[in-house]
Amino acid sequence: MSAFSAIGEDREIDREEFTPTLEPQATWCPGCGDFGVLKALKQAMPEVGRNPDEVLLVTGIGCSGKLNSYFESYGYHSIHGRSLPIARAAKLANPELEVIAAGGDGDGYGIGGNHFMHTARENHDMTYIVFNNEIFGLTKGQTSPTSPKGHKSKTQPHGSAKDPIRPLSLALTSGASYVARTAAVNPNQAKEILVEAMQHDGFAHVDFLTQCPTWNKDARQYVPYIDVNDNDDYDFDPTNKEEAAAMATEAEQSLYEGEVLTGRFYVDADRPSYSEEKQAIGEMPEEPLAERYFDDDYEWERTHDLLLDRHK
Amino acid sequence: MTDHELMWRIAGGSGDGIASTSQNFAKALMRAGLHVFTHRHYPSRIRGGHTYTEVRAKPEPVRSRGDGFNCLLALGDSFARNPQEGAYYGDEEVKPLSENLDELNEGGVIVYDTGLLDSDDIPNFDQRVEENDWHVYPLNLREIARDHGREVMRNTAGVGATAALLGIDLQYFEELMAESMPEDILEPNTEILHYTHDMVKEEFEFTHDLRVPEGNHDEEQVLLSGSDTIAYGALDEGCRFIAGYPMTPWTEVFTIMSQALPEVGGISEQVEDEIAAAALALGASHAGVKAMSGSSGGGFALMSEPLGLAEMSETPVVLVEAMRAGPSTGLPTKPEQADLEHVLYTSQGDSNRVVLAPGTVAEAYEQSRLAFQLAYGYNIPVILLYDQKLGGELMNVPASHFDREPNPDLGAVTTEEELEEAPHGPGGKFHRYRYDAEDGVSPRSIPGQKGGHFLVTGNEHNPAGHIDEDPTNRVTQVERRMSKLDGVREFLDDKNTQTYMGPEGADYGLITFGSQQGTVREAVDRLNEAGHSVKGIGVSDMMPYPVEEMTEFLESVDEALVVEMNASGQFRGLTQKELGRFGDKLSSLLKYNGEPFEPAEIVAGFEASIEGQDVPDQQTTYVPAAGD
Ligand SMILES: Cc1ncc(C[n+]2csc(CCOP(=O)(O)OP(=O)(O)O)c2C)c(N)n1
Ligand code: SF4
Repeated sequence: MSAFSAIGEDREIDREEFTPTLEPQATWCPGCGDFGVLKALKQAMPEVGRNPDEVLLVTGIGCSGKLNSYFESYGYHSIHGRSLPIARAAKLANPELEVIAAGGDGDGYGIGGNHFMHTARENHDMTYIVFNNEIFGLTKGQTSPTSPKGHKSKTQPHGSAKDPIRPLSLALTSGASYVARTAAVNPNQAKEILVEAMQHDGFAHVDFLTQCPTWNKDARQYVPYIDVNDNDDYDFDPTNKEEAAAMATEAEQSLYEGEVLTGRFYVDADRPSYSEEKQAIGEMPEEPLAERYFDDDYEWERTHDLLLDRHK
Repeated sequence: MTDHELMWRIAGGSGDGIASTSQNFAKALMRAGLHVFTHRHYPSRIRGGHTYTEVRAKPEPVRSRGDGFNCLLALGDSFARNPQEGAYYGDEEVKPLSENLDELNEGGVIVYDTGLLDSDDIPNFDQRVEENDWHVYPLNLREIARDHGREVMRNTAGVGATAALLGIDLQYFEELMAESMPEDILEPNTEILHYTHDMVKEEFEFTHDLRVPEGNHDEEQVLLSGSDTIAYGALDEGCRFIAGYPMTPWTEVFTIMSQALPEVGGISEQVEDEIAAAALALGASHAGVKAMSGSSGGGFALMSEPLGLAEMSETPVVLVEAMRAGPSTGLPTKPEQADLEHVLYTSQGDSNRVVLAPGTVAEAYEQSRLAFQLAYGYNIPVILLYDQKLGGELMNVPASHFDREPNPDLGAVTTEEELEEAPHGPGGKFHRYRYDAEDGVSPRSIPGQKGGHFLVTGNEHNPAGHIDEDPTNRVTQVERRMSKLDGVREFLDDKNTQTYMGPEGADYGLITFGSQQGTVREAVDRLNEAGHSVKGIGVSDMMPYPVEEMTEFLESVDEALVVEMNASGQFRGLTQKELGRFGDKLSSLLKYNGEPFEPAEIVAGFEASIEGQDVPDQQTTYVPAAGD
């Protein structure tokens, strides 16, 4: 028996396997968009064909960070903004895992902004879901990096003087090889995008519009949304970076004007993932490192020869 | 003492090859049968600025720098001739000679490069030479190097000259050069070495009586720094993942690991910042690989939150903290031991970590291995605390010390077979944080293992990992996590990790931690030779603290002096806090000018403490016992 026999198991996967029974009770507010993400993710899993024991879901802090409390898999509910560095190292340690990172817009575009840029740049093979509700939920309604300019909150009583972050453009320019936006109000599109993102070999960024009826009452429910890949008014080629960038910019601007554009904005299926690049230059073994610790036949190197060689 | 020991100092500008030349010099003397120890001093500047390295060599083991030094090789600082006139650094041309004279012992030897240095620029030079009975050999090393090769080979000319003056066989230098230099550089260097050596022998009448002592090793030796041994310890313990961000002096460990890991099929990641670095180490460890990260003061401060997460989530990880003088960016290239409290208590909540502080180059290997055994055996973060001095100093250690079996054991993890029998929650989650774990250690499962999925969280959690604020659960989990330190204490007690020095029954104690251990050992020896009754202890366990051993030690002496490199007596404070008594027995000897102690300063500090005098050296501070 392999040390990680859950990996690559060949059987029908049922979405209910990802639902915890009995515990715990969801603490999300009624009508919260986060339910939509959870539902779409559970629906995506059977299609991706991964079972709970081979999935690692790393989250940050916030309402969004509780995603893995309601999702049955290996989970790491970490610290505010740090899901990406944890997730990408786990992927390097064992590339055979299905690694998903998730967090809120404050978590992902604020405190974790630097990690976002660098993880995209390195093109780690993983999926990153950002619950974009344009507000800090868990800490009770402060302005977030995606809140519109002029947005008033208890910490910005005169209205925010800042322009919001443009996450799709940021992901694209940073080097993400898959960039999409979907919305909790459309579980079907959301599921499809998540399946694609997980199947994509590289860094897949999904900006997931989630409404927060508790603190962002004015915010639209992100309806009616338009799927840009499925609408003749938007003619662009998502494999062309320039066209993708123009489309992303338009989508980001129009969101604040009440038009919700969703879909796949950029897909680069050719760019090698970070592990592939690292393996190609001899900085990462072909076999999953983690396996080695369970392999009784592996001959562990001693430093003694190296030491004699260099230090005698 | 100076009769049979060499304390050679090579001085010049940063970037002039002082470090590599001194390393070869030390290695040559080691190969010639001597015990060696190097002490490095460099400014926080890339090129230029006064830098030196001392190589101390004796037939007997050397564990610290000496008091001053007895042979100076002053090369010119080639970067001192600042092309921009009136630039901030000003005229530093003569520093390699002038800056070192205060510490040169009576009867010492000076070789200096007249090609770049002019002794006329040094006030009262001739008078000082006479007063101190120094023996001066001015040589145009620059010209020799230029004539026979290239100007940058001044170092080799200097080595040839001192070898002649001290009677060191050139063969050792030749061999080392041949091992490290490509053919086209080797040839002129060899010529310069011989030319200068022979010329000095022919042209000078030697007035000094300093010669290299003779020695013999009974077994094969290797020359290593503390950074080397920390890295090798980690590798032998099966560490195959490192993530970091450069910061002096931690960068040394990071570099050594980054070069070695690809060779053994491991992974090194230079990432965007230290928060990410520590988080990556946690991620790799969680996924089943032995992992480390680390930094120095400010960078370690950024790791505070991931460190807390490692404690709460019981994710094993080793973090190294290479101290330099602080606060903030402080003195970037100078040692201090003032991050102890930072490392013990940083991050929110009750500290639930292990902190080890190796005292010597050889011990750093041991402690690095121990750090991984504890981290993975107990699912707890372990911090390896050392300083710029230990990280950068070179020492010879018998090669056999490192001839050990690797230990890739992943520690407290379950197998899939065990998972089948293990308790699970109603949703299928493995009870990774079970209450009833032996020694408090609840084994973890690794992602990908069948039947092992569970939730890790930095929030308080129940056995399955779910966030749980129930008071009974809270108390049970806190107590289980804290109880792991008792197990660690027992484990460490068995290993006997503290270092005892001097006669067991002595009346007076010297106490230290970390890199000052070797210097304190030398001071203990000297004091006993001088008729005092002194013993010493070098403590390596900071958390959990060796309460029993230290109580025993302190009960056995009348008084004790705590020697440490910081201004507030942090280790003395820890000792008093942990033991809850002995305040009336403990005095402090502190140094925080950016230089480590010299043995004589500790001897003087001891004398001041027993006689209630002031410490003569302005650079050290004596703080008397406080009472309880
Ligand atoms: C280092 C740190 N700073 C601040 C917090 C407090 N905090 C918790 S959640 C949160 C905001 C989360 O907002 P967002 O990421 O948008 O997620 P949401 O709750 O809206 O899903 C903050 C600031 C924290 N936990 N850690
Ligand atoms: S506060 Fe907003 S984001 Fe958080 S659970 Fe409630 S609705 Fe959802």
